[in-house]
Amino acid sequence: MSTSPLLRVEDLRLYFRTTQGVVRAVDGVSFDLGYNQAVVVLGESGCGKSSLARALLRLLPRNVQAYDGRVIIGGIDIMSLDDERFRREARWTKISFVPQAAMNALNPVVRVGDQVAEPLVIHRGMEKEAAWERAREMLQRVGLPADFLRRYPFELSGGMRQRTALAMALVARPQLVILDEPTSALDVLTQANIMNVLKEIRGELNTSFILITHDVATSSELANRVAVMYAGQIVELSDAARFFREPLHPYSQKLMASVPRLRDDKKLEFIPGEPPNLMSLLRGCRFAPRCPLRFGRCSEPPPLIRQEDGRRVGCWLYDGGKEME
Amino acid sequence: MESRIEAQDQTSGAVDAGALLSVRNLRTEFELRRWVFARAGFVRAVDAVSFELKRGEAIAVVGESGCGKSSLAKTILGLYRPAQGEVLFEGKRLNTFNAEELRWYRSQIGYVQQDPYGALPPFMNVRRILEEPLIVNRLGGRAERERRIREVLDEVRLTPADDLLPKFPHMLSGGQQQRVVIARAMILRPRLLVADEPVSMLDASVRVEILELLRRLQTAHHLGVIYITHDLSSVRHFSERIFVMYAGQIIEKAEVHELIHDPLHPYTRALLAAISDPNPENVSAFKNVPPGEPPSLVRPPPACRFHPRCAEFMKGLCDVEDPPEFQPQPGHRALCWLYREAE
Repeated sequence: MSTSPLLRVEDLRLYFRTTQGVVRAVDGVSFDLGYNQAVVVLGESGCGKSSLARALLRLLPRNVQAYDGRVIIGGIDIMSLDDERFRREARWTKISFVPQAAMNALNPVVRVGDQVAEPLVIHRGMEKEAAWERAREMLQRVGLPADFLRRYPFELSGGMRQRTALAMALVARPQLVILDEPTSALDVLTQANIMNVLKEIRGELNTSFILITHDVATSSELANRVAVMYAGQIVELSDAARFFREPLHPYSQKLMASVPRLRDDKKLEFIPGEPPNLMSLLRGCRFAPRCPLRFGRCSEPPPLIRQEDGRRVGCWLYDGGKEME
Repeated sequence: MESRIEAQDQTSGAVDAGALLSVRNLRTEFELRRWVFARAGFVRAVDAVSFELKRGEAIAVVGESGCGKSSLAKTILGLYRPAQGEVLFEGKRLNTFNAEELRWYRSQIGYVQQDPYGALPPFMNVRRILEEPLIVNRLGGRAERERRIREVLDEVRLTPADDLLPKFPHMLSGGQQQRVVIARAMILRPRLLVADEPVSMLDASVRVEILELLRRLQTAHHLGVIYITHDLSSVRHFSERIFVMYAGQIIEKAEVHELIHDPLHPYTRALLAAISDPNPENVSAFKNVPPGEPPSLVRPPPACRFHPRCAEFMKGLCDVEDPPEFQPQPGHRALCWLYREAE
């Protein structure tokens, strides 16, 4: 791993205040991401993965109870910038975002060209013509014909709108793009198309991706690294090749065993019980109540334990390795 | 067009020979908004669909959004009136039912909706949700109804019943909500379950549990089950046959293993090739996706509807004449001219 990664996240926390109590959506998350890499944040609904995206982008709702830690992108600690500087210097140009159901996030009454060019006009101060020219290039790169610039989003299919949102996120050439469930509302063939486009772009534009998803199978199309989230924390951080062959954390193993495969007749499993409530979390391992392998030590919170091959697992079963930091 | 009535397939396992449901040359249309007197046209959501479902058999209708699979389900449920063709349930024609017969028919089919939260009335608790079908159908007194409700809750593993009965839908997890939907579908002891994307809103770790539950109910009550889904990977474990739908038509029918290991129709092949399994090798490979998008159902392409996107397109045939249903292997049918000599 290089000495200064593109992204370094240290002990990131994002808590929300609600009438029922404090929701610990992101609870001490740390990871690095190199240039031209893709990390997949895998997790089920309510595990805090979308909140992690919001925390990285500083797209925060009003009811934030706590927001701390460090997010360093290209050497700049973006948590220390004030909102205005972050907006001008980082959002769209350093780090951009394709939100969940992005195809419904476009403005229906603004031409595709104006929407895709907008980050350039606003954040890079470009003239409209020049920005449209760049928007045209980007549309072609994501596989849309250039004359789509003059169309309106409602004239496009879901897959085309998803590509438009992607073009918009890429047009100011950020080094890091966060994709929140980029294909989950799309059909299988459209999904395959979008994943093809993402693979191409990563090669051509030297962009890094954070892919936030619950879809294990699709995530394997893009991932170099995998971060498994459970109850607001990363419980396993691994390179993708090792992860998809042999996940280590009991939750990861169970999750992988529940994924149906087209080309494998193995019987599917499920995880009994429910994920914990993020308002009343246990002190120890948060997966322990559902874990078939729990033992005495699980009442203590496990750190991410570093393994010999560089993988990290938040599980006491792997305490043979060296502890992180 | 002559109707294509499917012959009886060989029975497999616990499946009976008798057809529970026959669908013959079914067409469902929706009229587009009219302009004064001019007709704007029709969306032909389901076109020339024929099949038979045996007692105790589960089939999966697989296709992309807009292919007409939900319209097919709703026509079978009697929620849409077919423009042509017929649906026969235990040999009785659905089109001819009067109000009383329709009520009976609807007690014989259970419907499991896609979005459990949307399918449950938020102002009713679990007891009321499950009691209502019994009241509407005037079944049993209060004590009998209570007994049946508890029986069904036990069957869908929502226990202890006393904790769950007073709860409202928002107090339940997604998996529990879907169990309530299934319990409601089962409460009148139906013979057929229609499940429209029953697990697509649920987390991966819960999906298998729900599909296993449906499988258990199918076996225990010898139910016919129709899954409507886009998710081939999971439904293959829980059904006997798979039908693939494209642009309003069922373009391929086969037993699960056959369909997955030896798909015939070029569209089915493309669909299967596009589905990922979790595999680290995926990162370095691009998927081969047919060009274009599924056609509009208002003016679909003439003859074979897949021909503009098909790699095997034969000019002068595929774009001229409707492909009939060929059966190159017993029980494995495809609407594709490639198999014209294989029969």
